[in-house]
Amino acid sequence: MRNALVEQLCLLARDDARIFLLTADLGWSVVEAFAREFPDRFLNVGVAEQNMAGIATGLAMVGYRPFIYSIANFAALRCYEQIRNGPVLHRLPVCVVGIGGGYAYGPAGPTHHAVEDLGALRAMPGMRVVAPADPAQTQTVLSATLGQEDPVYLRVGKGSNVPVPGLQGRFEWNAPTIIRRGGDVVLLLATGAMAVEACAAADILLTHGITASVGVMAHLPPDHTPELVECLSGFSTVLTAEEGTLTGGLSSLVGQAIAREGLGCRLIAAGVSGRLAGPVGSRSYMLGRQGLDPASLAAMVLAHGVQSPARAA
Amino acid sequence: MLRPDPATLRRMNDLAGKIRRGVLEQSRAANVGHIGSSLSVVEIIATLWGGLLRHAGTEQPNRDRFVLCKGHAALALYVAMHHAGLMDEATLGTYCADGTHLGVHPEACLAGIDVATGSLGQGLSVACGLAHGLRLRQSPARVFALLSDAECNEGQVWEAAQFAAHHRLSHLTAIIDANGSQALGPTRDVLNLAPMAARWEAFGWDAVEVDGHDTAQLAEALIPRGIGKPRLVVARTVLGKGVGYMENQVAWHYLPMSAQQYEQALNGLEAVA
Repeated sequence: MRNALVEQLCLLARDDARIFLLTADLGWSVVEAFAREFPDRFLNVGVAEQNMAGIATGLAMVGYRPFIYSIANFAALRCYEQIRNGPVLHRLPVCVVGIGGGYAYGPAGPTHHAVEDLGALRAMPGMRVVAPADPAQTQTVLSATLGQEDPVYLRVGKGSNVPVPGLQGRFEWNAPTIIRRGGDVVLLLATGAMAVEACAAADILLTHGITASVGVMAHLPPDHTPELVECLSGFSTVLTAEEGTLTGGLSSLVGQAIAREGLGCRLIAAGVSGRLAGPVGSRSYMLGRQGLDPASLAAMVLAHGVQSPARAA
Repeated sequence: MLRPDPATLRRMNDLAGKIRRGVLEQSRAANVGHIGSSLSVVEIIATLWGGLLRHAGTEQPNRDRFVLCKGHAALALYVAMHHAGLMDEATLGTYCADGTHLGVHPEACLAGIDVATGSLGQGLSVACGLAHGLRLRQSPARVFALLSDAECNEGQVWEAAQFAAHHRLSHLTAIIDANGSQALGPTRDVLNLAPMAARWEAFGWDAVEVDGHDTAQLAEALIPRGIGKPRLVVARTVLGKGVGYMENQVAWHYLPMSAQQYEQALNGLEAVA
């Protein structure tokens, strides 16, 4: 996803002289293409994320559209207050790019596991939090950020994330994108790279006679939206799948929609729980440890008594 | 402007007198503190707003930018903006009242204030971004940032210091209001920053030390010398300058004045004038 992002940024920067890329000394073999092509609009500020957020604020104040790039925890949490008092307070179109969201840096250990970023950034009024599901959607999101004036937190994966079947790069602000239409019994709604696991979970559910629908909610708005409510209204059960803690993330958003709109949809929330410290391993190992692998997601649905319509009848 | 002409100097000194009186009047009316810090920066603000800042308070892209990194001295800035014709008396009179935009720390919605500040250590980074962006846009604008000495406790200040020197932001001037006092005590006791100028020099800045209550010295010092380095001015100041009983008293970082103390302060100013 990193490469898709920088490729797209280069493409957009050829026509948009406002685009500026800053890194806090990360992105080896990723950011160089941009630096070579646009040396005046690239800065490696050194290992100094807080300063990077401030510099981006100043650059945005004179008309640039800065993208600040680092590993998700360093981009989002290390300079949380600088993002708040800079782009958010002044409403400036700075895009904070958090690389390796969730467990993408699994073996690197807990300091590199970005599991609170979505909820933390979503708590900032006026911040647009987006976690695209695959490289193609990342590219669409990038273009979409340029069409608006709010600050954005763009949480992307790390390596060559696989395309999510049926997504085809589609993205809308405020709305889930349905990528697989099943029955009205259960919706598997994922954000970020978890969309791949949600699709695989739907395949498993199929073997149990359940044709689940699958949706991607890449944009996590601060409040529930009519588009989300309309989508949820069509299902008896929704399972939210997110590579992060449940506080403030996708399940919070969906739970808020259900509770405040009085929807009859039941919520099953799959996300990260427990303490930060613990055994580490690959992303797939970490997902398994957290019960976020496809088999566990499918099992959660079944454990809640979701049945195929025929069996229920 | 290397050496201000006598008329400019008179204007700066006259403005300093008005700022000092205005700080006392508004602090008393609002019954809020941070008086000592606002008084220590009076001559620095008067030098900038009394003639040094170009196109201040306008929407001109090439205006000089001023970042009040030590946002808690905003009252001195509000009074200067009032005397620069950017704010009427009634608006100034809303300082810290319900519904005002003139809080203890400045908001960016006011003409003349480009950067909202209040959380120490963050302003110089924004000033660096402004300076870098303006230079890329080939603007002749200069950037001035006013920090407190204790603000240099913050690590981010030194991140910005490294950046400005590395990128030779020679149109950036940072001023340290070196009043030697911070919230809980003298800076030398809390976290000693001496020798301040030498530290900045070691980071690659063109550092100079001046009397922070002398507008002539300030005006001369604030202009970068075009030697490819950002400029750093350590302005030696006195907390609560101009009000005898406040001077160098840490308590006046926070305290508001009683009616009696207010009268005493005004009388003291008149005696000096």
